[in-house]
Amino acid sequence: MIRFDRVSKRYPPGIDALSNISFEIDAGARVVIEGHSGAGKSTILKLIAAIERPTGGAVLLSGQNVGALKRQAIPYLRRNIGLVFQDQKLLFDRNAFENVMLPLSIAGFPPREAAQRVRAALDKVGLLAREKALPIALSGGEQQRLAIARAVVGRPNLLLADEPTAHLDDETAADVARIFTEFHQVGVTVVIATYDTRLFPDARRIRLDHGRHVERSAA
Amino acid sequence: MTIWLAQHGAALRLALTRLAAAPLNTLLSLLAIGIALALPAGGQMLLGNGMQLARNATPQPQLSVFMVPGADSKATAAVADHLRHHPQVRSVEALAKEDTLARMKSSGGLKDVIEVLGRNPFPDAFVVTPGKDDVETMESLATEFRQLAKVGHVQLDSDWVRRLNALLKLGRTGVGLLTLLLGAGLVAITFNIIRLQVVTMRAEMELSRLLGATDDFIRRPFLYYGSVLGVAGGIFALGLVAAAAASLNEPLTELTSLYGLPLDFAGLPATDAGLLLLLAAGLGWSGAALSLQQYLRD
Repeated sequence: MIRFDRVSKRYPPGIDALSNISFEIDAGARVVIEGHSGAGKSTILKLIAAIERPTGGAVLLSGQNVGALKRQAIPYLRRNIGLVFQDQKLLFDRNAFENVMLPLSIAGFPPREAAQRVRAALDKVGLLAREKALPIALSGGEQQRLAIARAVVGRPNLLLADEPTAHLDDETAADVARIFTEFHQVGVTVVIATYDTRLFPDARRIRLDHGRHVERSAA
Repeated sequence: MTIWLAQHGAALRLALTRLAAAPLNTLLSLLAIGIALALPAGGQMLLGNGMQLARNATPQPQLSVFMVPGADSKATAAVADHLRHHPQVRSVEALAKEDTLARMKSSGGLKDVIEVLGRNPFPDAFVVTPGKDDVETMESLATEFRQLAKVGHVQLDSDWVRRLNALLKLGRTGVGLLTLLLGAGLVAITFNIIRLQVVTMRAEMELSRLLGATDDFIRRPFLYYGSVLGVAGGIFALGLVAAAAASLNEPLTELTSLYGLPLDFAGLPATDAGLLLLLAAGLGWSGAALSLQQYLRD
């Protein structure tokens, strides 16, 4: 499903975030990208979602060269990807329901069907009772779950999560990890960038060190 | 199609929500746009009334053709013939020098003076009404008649019409310039209003892009916002113009009636008002589009 073919990413002024990375991720896989802070984990996710373009090599998603996509085509690519951002990017002037609604409004869903999907997504992450709450009124774990609900509401077949358990206590982090496992079990390809691999013990691992691919261990 | 409609409806609703969310800002923006539009609209209204006044007040403009004092009747008849058969002349009134003399004698004070002179000081004359009364025709006819044999003097009776027309032309140019300037001002106003919105909504716009929003999707509510602001400002401007018209009506009618000029003071015609709203919407839209182009480029 995802193929990195000798991918490099260099940020000005000559900082190599990724050097000559090659790997493949099959559809339906669950993969953890691990490494220290600054190892290039986030960059890999950004390259898959066409938020960044590679400076060398090719990133292929379902056979499509993501780095060569026209600007106008990128929105449609992103609609098939669920993104959980490191900083969550929740809108603090909208309640939980409206935050999760946003991707469906963007994709142009009919309002009634969209509302059903939003409630289903909120239910899945255990926030259905809090749909009217503003993000500021939610705990850290709830905010993270809300961000996940927003990522999956469009029923993407690929879920990308950047440090989804950072800043969460162990119990809440385990809770969040369980949600990802559930999505994986229903066939969603899940790619998680994290420094804390203990939460995903049976996932395939891609280890990065200073932008280089170090080893690969299958589970 | 229904999705397209729903998205546009949603964008319009969002624009209205944003307008309603900051009532003071909206009000002040409307004030600025309204005044900017009221000036050319008011000018257009005054101009329209000026033109109406000119039309009503202008009698048929005429040319007076005077023969040289010693011209014989043969020359006079030739000129009369030429004038009567000229294709651009509608009618000719001949004033024989004897008739003029009789008329002048009968009109009081001049009688003694004329008798002292001992001979008829008046030339034969013609009052010519041209077929068309525009300035160019009048001028060219006057030039042509001056060339005729034994014609002493040709006078245009339309000088004041020319002055009024020149004044109205100046007015039209002025209103045109004002429209251009304040239209550009309106674009600048919406540009800045939208730019401020973009700054405050940057996070949301960024996020929408990450979630798969097209440029159109991001642009749409702002374009509606700009257009709605323009139209609402236009309505405000029409209100201002109507208020000005109501307060001007009585004193202006009184003033013109003192000069014996009939003035039926009219507000801005419906077509002009419609045009103004259309223009306002277009300019608001353009301001928003310019503002967003800057944001969406990077």
